Amino acid sequence: MQTENYLIRKPSLEKLFNDLIGGGKTIYAPKAKGDLALFSDVKTYSDITEDYIVTANSAKLVVFPRTEKLFSYHKSKEKTEITDAAGSTFPDVVLWGTRPCDAAAFIPLTDTFNGDYKDIIFNNRRERVFLISFSCSRSDEYCFCTSVNSGPGNTSGSDILFTKLSGGDYLAEVITPKGQLLVSENSDLFETKSEEDKEQQLAVVATRFNQVEIQAKLQNLFENPVWDDKSRACLGCGSCAYVCPVCSCFDIQDEAHGNKGTRLRCWDSCGFGLFTLHTSGHNPRETQGARWRQRILHKFLYVPNKSKIAGCVGCGRCSRSCPADINILDTLTSL
Amino acid sequence: MSNQNIYIPYLMRIEKITLEAPGVKTFRLKFENEEDAETFSFKAGQFGEYSIMGVGESTFCIASSPTRKGYIECTFRQAGKVTSALALAEEGDVVGFRGPYGNTFPLDAWKGKSLLFIAGGIALPPMRCVIWNALDTRENFKDITIVYGAKSVDDLVYKDELAEWRSRPDVKLVTTVDPGGETPDWKGEIGFVPMVLEKTAPSSENTIAIVCGPPIMIKFTFPVLEKLGFTEENIYTTLENRMKCGFGKCGRCNVGEVYVCKDGPVFSYEQLKLLPAEY
Repeated sequence: MQTENYLIRKPSLEKLFNDLIGGGKTIYAPKAKGDLALFSDVKTYSDITEDYIVTANSAKLVVFPRTEKLFSYHKSKEKTEITDAAGSTFPDVVLWGTRPCDAAAFIPLTDTFNGDYKDIIFNNRRERVFLISFSCSRSDEYCFCTSVNSGPGNTSGSDILFTKLSGGDYLAEVITPKGQLLVSENSDLFETKSEEDKEQQLAVVATRFNQVEIQAKLQNLFENPVWDDKSRACLGCGSCAYVCPVCSCFDIQDEAHGNKGTRLRCWDSCGFGLFTLHTSGHNPRETQGARWRQRILHKFLYVPNKSKIAGCVGCGRCSRSCPADINILDTLTSL
Repeated sequence: MSNQNIYIPYLMRIEKITLEAPGVKTFRLKFENEEDAETFSFKAGQFGEYSIMGVGESTFCIASSPTRKGYIECTFRQAGKVTSALALAEEGDVVGFRGPYGNTFPLDAWKGKSLLFIAGGIALPPMRCVIWNALDTRENFKDITIVYGAKSVDDLVYKDELAEWRSRPDVKLVTTVDPGGETPDWKGEIGFVPMVLEKTAPSSENTIAIVCGPPIMIKFTFPVLEKLGFTEENIYTTLENRMKCGFGKCGRCNVGEVYVCKDGPVFSYEQLKLLPAEY
């Protein structure tokens, strides 16, 4: 649908928040915890922080939780019974305060969980998520959204995008029919189209590389010293994958309590040595360099070869969270 | 299937357990639910995720032939957490099975050709499915030759079936054990599979070679096959990498851009040569 523009006054944001809470929505929004802002289940508007470039954790947790129950079972001498977790009740979630990069990440993430095999637990969660994003007026040296087809005011993936205007009110761009429905249900809060220029309010994020060129280069870089060179400091802790809004590699594990239990889908990371280890002891990705190569090739070669978009939205979380100070931009710009 | 939870396994009852070799067992599994048994179908080369509730899932091929209806079989070696739990299961117990996943051996395209199977150790199970499929539709193929080797006589799997294949006039079976693995009454060959293959020297004319075994065996078998005149597109193998989901989402079995679970596990040597060494 064509984007429609409205103006929402600053005090009306709180009213909208309270209306959503009153309507039974679960709201995940950035909340301060120490020096960090974290997407958290927020019940009170004043708990939301505006002081963040991006949150430390990614918003993927609302559709792809750290641990997801796939089914539960009950074993007895006579029979085994399975209860499908897809039949559970999933919450209606509003993601409040996602950045354009966070919202853009829902596109490749949704692709991964669909295709030939549709993951209905993921889809049940995804269709109950509403994204209210806020444009970026600030960025830092880790941000590179403009190099991966996004930007500080990009609308893709969001239902509504708010941009703070010079007077303190917000431009509201309504992107999806879901967004339009919300506006019509709260029409008293939205005024007619703002005349102010959105672009002036946005952070400047320099283009750091050309994604198409990187993709072409990676085609022939499987055997290259860059992978070992750039990953020598890597501890294999997996934090880059855990904070990444696109990373979706998972493990399947059982948890048993006597004759009952659950099968779970848990976050995993290609940075872990155990990720590809065979029972025989053979490991196709034996070194941290081979794992770093997989991470880069997956995001910038394999995913774009298949679906045209990169498996990265340039949020920079991986580099900010890396305890060994490995910066993905450093690898990408040195190819 | 699109509105179903893709992680829910079929419940399968273990109908029969065969001890094949030390630590190696074959399970014959029957569907608990009659409807599942009727709607389920698979093709030679596909695999599944076998599980013990509360322990986890493990990946193996379907070792029985699709021509044998009403059950599936799997053969596994007790090695890790899940296979150790499976090894403790008894006849009548219920296990989980998800599948079939992956591509298949192109048996239809091989009609009218001779087939040469080359297997080492625990790699006979993925080939057994194809062998029985070919033998059950014997009229479709010319010569069928099987070269199979293991560390020792005791480690050879499917001993009864080996005896059956040996006695059939329409199959040529060559078995071998590694030097030192023979028993005093061993009548087969002694030596590694690639050497025995070279000595057997099967014709490459109008023949497809299907190879499966440990990486080291495969590495030395390909040059022998090329020497015998086999071209890359007439050599096939089935790959194995660690897997969790089986349908291209969990992200660990890929070899370069190719997912072993979805694009494989069956590859021709021609395809394999284009892939990076990530398996």
